[in-house]
Amino acid sequence: MSRDRTPDSHDFPTRRYDLVKEFVIALVVVLVLSGALAAVFSSPDEKAITMSGWAKADPDNLVTTAAGELAGTTTSAGYGAPYNTAAEGQKLGPIPMQKLGGVRIPINSADLVLGPLSNSSIDPAVSSAVATWKAATPDQQTKWATAYSDAIGTAAADGAPATGAGGEVAKVKPGEYGPVPALSSGLLALAKTGGLEGALTSSGNFYGGDQTKSLLLLADGAYLEDLAVAQNLGGDQWGMMNEVGNAPGQPWMWLYTFWYQVKPFSTSDNADAQVWGLMMLLTLLLMFLPFIPGLRSIPRWIPIHRLVWRNYYRTKRA
Amino acid sequence: MTARTDELTSLETDDPGNWTTRLRGRIEGLVPAGQALPARQPVYVASWIYIFGVLTLTSLVVVIASGCVLALGGVQWWHVSSLGHYVNSVHLWSVELFFGFMVVHLWGKFWMAAWRGKRALTWISGMMLFGISIGTSFTGFLSQSNFSSQWIGAEGKDGINSIGAGAFFNVLNPGQMLLWHVVLLPLGVGLLTLLHIILVRRRGVVPPLDAELEG
Repeated sequence: MSRDRTPDSHDFPTRRYDLVKEFVIALVVVLVLSGALAAVFSSPDEKAITMSGWAKADPDNLVTTAAGELAGTTTSAGYGAPYNTAAEGQKLGPIPMQKLGGVRIPINSADLVLGPLSNSSIDPAVSSAVATWKAATPDQQTKWATAYSDAIGTAAADGAPATGAGGEVAKVKPGEYGPVPALSSGLLALAKTGGLEGALTSSGNFYGGDQTKSLLLLADGAYLEDLAVAQNLGGDQWGMMNEVGNAPGQPWMWLYTFWYQVKPFSTSDNADAQVWGLMMLLTLLLMFLPFIPGLRSIPRWIPIHRLVWRNYYRTKRA
Repeated sequence: MTARTDELTSLETDDPGNWTTRLRGRIEGLVPAGQALPARQPVYVASWIYIFGVLTLTSLVVVIASGCVLALGGVQWWHVSSLGHYVNSVHLWSVELFFGFMVVHLWGKFWMAAWRGKRALTWISGMMLFGISIGTSFTGFLSQSNFSSQWIGAEGKDGINSIGAGAFFNVLNPGQMLLWHVVLLPLGVGLLTLLHIILVRRRGVVPPLDAELEG
């Protein structure tokens, strides 16, 4: 297509065509289809996980997560921007994309535990533990929390042997843990009362509305992911485009989700930035396709348009 | 100075410095006379593929209408009301239809090389609509206030944060996501849809490929 010789569409002979009637009929069709599909298939609405539910279903995991937040070993603690400076974050080639956004939602992972306990604890033992923690040096705090996290350990999984107490808090041997056990069990107790979400969400404001802290804490534990994976929603299960049950999710994100399933993205530390970069490139290619020689000629080489305009071509031949 | 209505046109023509007159002229010139809602189309406009553009548009109407009904009830309404849940289901399925029709429309236009004849901006605006629609639906899934929202937020944050956008677009903040979903992104979809339709009516439907040498 060296030169665009497309004639003006207004110069062609015309045929009767009722745009308004077409719109109305299409609207009725879509209304009926949407209404019928909604009536037959409904829409999924699985209740949100609560901290209380987590505390009751997997208390050891909540305590382990709390100790990890204090030790600075959870995912959010070592995340980098926009929450902290603990990591460089993901890069696209040499460009530190994640870092470029800056730390605009500052979150200290220890505050995910200390914040709720400081604001809402009515247990003197927990208040005392918070005071002991705050009075200690950062090195001492890290030693206590790391020792307790290691002592809890993890259960045997994927051929790896169990560590510490195998993830069972009740079997942890005595050690130099400082106030960490009291803080962790205090968070568990607060979660069981149902007050943890509010303590994390409101941040002193009567009106909540920002669930960043509570979702980060939830995502740092294993409970949320275990439930999601059980419903085939994991990242390596095409989870971004799926919904709970058999309901359709976001099938239009199939290509974005696809890249996460294949190498090199499936094994890359910078997979998110790389997949974003690739999708942006593909989107720009499609968007500016009218200006790209070769790509813009594909419809000429594969003449599907002959089906679309078959009546016109037939008349023209005649 | 006063003037009768039938004298206005000539008076305004003599007043080129009038901003209102100039804006009206620009608006009137967007689409050739009679082409905004023509009762006839070129003879080659005779295929089922043309239906998918209007099906996409009408799906958008149902999406917005069902979304407005959900907004009347508030964020939690659909969790506690069977009517609210049904309206939410209509909203979901109309979105699914919207994307289905839009994808067929997009690929139909691709195989027709519909960017020909100074229609590149029509194609680009359509692609932008596809992209912004994905963002709109994504924020909708984040605004459901249920397990799906929790999981999609927890997973989605890594993608958004990886490019530095999470500092400004926090998928773990349902309040922010809901406002993007019901105000900012629909506004973008609406404006781009308007632009897309004006461009379609301005240039008309693209002629068949081998009709290029006829003019």
